[in-house]
Amino acid sequence: MDQGVVGIYSYQDSVLEAVGKLKEAGYRNMRVFSPFPSHEIEEAIDLPESPVRFFTLFGGLLGATCGIGFTVLTSSSWPIAVSAKPIVSILPYMVIVFELTVLFGALSTFLGLIINSLIRKRTPIRLYDERFSDDKFGIAVVCEKEKIGAVEAILNSTGAEEIKFDEA
Amino acid sequence: MSQTQQTPLTYARITEDVVRMVDKPSKKWWALFIPTVMLVGLGVTCFFYQVAEGLGVAGYRHPVFWGVYITDFVFWVGIAHSGTLISAILYLFRARFRMSIYRIAEAMTVFAVLTAGLFPIIHLGRPWNFLWLIPYPNSRELWINFKSPLVWDVFAVSTYLTVSSVFFLVGMIPDIAAIRDKVKETPRKIIYSILSFGWKGSNREWLHYTRAYLYFAALATPLVLSVHSVVSWDFAMGNVPGWHTTIFPPYFVAGAIFSGLAMVITLTIPIRKIFHLEDYITLDNYDGMAKLIILTSCIVGYAYAAEFFMAWYSGSPYEWGQFVYRATGEYAFFYWVMVICNCFVPIVLWWEKVRKNIKALFVISILINIGMWFERFNIIVISLSRDFEPGAWGIYKISFVEAGITIGSFAWFFMFFLLFVKTLPAVSIAEMKEILPVPKKGG
Repeated sequence: MDQGVVGIYSYQDSVLEAVGKLKEAGYRNMRVFSPFPSHEIEEAIDLPESPVRFFTLFGGLLGATCGIGFTVLTSSSWPIAVSAKPIVSILPYMVIVFELTVLFGALSTFLGLIINSLIRKRTPIRLYDERFSDDKFGIAVVCEKEKIGAVEAILNSTGAEEIKFDEA
Repeated sequence: MSQTQQTPLTYARITEDVVRMVDKPSKKWWALFIPTVMLVGLGVTCFFYQVAEGLGVAGYRHPVFWGVYITDFVFWVGIAHSGTLISAILYLFRARFRMSIYRIAEAMTVFAVLTAGLFPIIHLGRPWNFLWLIPYPNSRELWINFKSPLVWDVFAVSTYLTVSSVFFLVGMIPDIAAIRDKVKETPRKIIYSILSFGWKGSNREWLHYTRAYLYFAALATPLVLSVHSVVSWDFAMGNVPGWHTTIFPPYFVAGAIFSGLAMVITLTIPIRKIFHLEDYITLDNYDGMAKLIILTSCIVGYAYAAEFFMAWYSGSPYEWGQFVYRATGEYAFFYWVMVICNCFVPIVLWWEKVRKNIKALFVISILINIGMWFERFNIIVISLSRDFEPGAWGIYKISFVEAGITIGSFAWFFMFFLLFVKTLPAVSIAEMKEILPVPKKGG
């Protein structure tokens, strides 16, 4: 049975220290909450690169393919020569291809963000504190019940102002 | 509203100040909002009158069938440009002066595109047929003509609206979460909870968020440059003296950024004063924007000169005749207002004192907006009123219906803007916190 614990901090350097110590002690399943994106925290935790980029790439390529397919197939399906141009004129179609690349790319980036960051969060909601969006940092650790004391000791020793437990 | 200028910016104060902005609207807000809605009503009335009577009431006379509506369309698409410039291009360049103003600029982009998108429809004789520009399967198996610049326009403007709206909404997620955690009333809490997508601000969320933001910026950057290029091709692809030039795309993009920045200044100055945001939108922010205005003003001025030169150098009597007519003919007033507002007025910004003088900036930004509206009017109307055949020349006069709809469009834009500042975070909470020094143990 796992249990969660969260330490609330005011200072980023205490957070970084705690993250370092937790990693040393072998705790991997932790989340750091911060009111703004912090490169230092990101580096300290060192997660693998975000998969959102593949969503962008895939969306962009899909958009380009749709753009080419759509313009070429529709103009060939009823060939009417307009303004003395070839039925399939690649150059003007590039405008459509470009716009659809950007459109699909942006929408699939949005999808990637939603899927990776907001749906697959895997953070126990009860460990969240409303102050994390204001001016406090937080470290949430989920581990076996027996080890919770050790985590609490690390959080305490690094200057956590408050420690809360997830009772479930 | 309490004046809190004395205390330095802290994380808590940023959240508090922004949450206060979305508090109950004051009497002042209603005093602005109600007349704005009434002016929108004026525009709507004029539009229905035009639908009932036909485009004749819009002042369209042979040979000018693109008039104020197309001018308004190009003007509003132009205004929409600086939002994404500030949020995407300056983001990629890591320009710090964008942090406090980019949210307002992005909102302005979305609302300006919403306004611009109305004009091609208003401009149609049968506005309910605008659907024909959108490719959809139909029983006659007819598809739109992808070689037409007007179809490119549909794709460019609708893509721009979608992408800038997504960019705008994604940028707000962490800030809406901060508001959600602060408000107490249940209905507001529910609305902000939904809009924040359950944002918690954990390192995993920030990791994906910052990457997604980077890719949005990377996609939006070429998009900004493409949209006004495509709008310029509406003209440049047509064989009309004064339109048919290759300088149009860069000229239009520079002009769009120029007018958009001016509009950001026009909008942020009153907001800064009303909401006491002096600590957020600083004089350095204005300094940065004013410098960009100088740059784009120079490009626009160069384009005016290059157009003239090319008209003469081309040896085409129609082209040269058109440009001489612009500067000396019946529309000379419009032409010289444009030149003075866009090329000469911004010269004073070379002085740092002017760049940091709020009143001066406000006046200059309005003059630039006027100048840029006239620029579009000159390009569109004057070129059409004198093309190749002297027998077909004619003069175009703005009708009251067009004036009403134009005023209505400004009101429509400001109406959305007023709603925005009262409901959504007009200053980015997360990014403002990002530029503050990080709190360290023992100060």
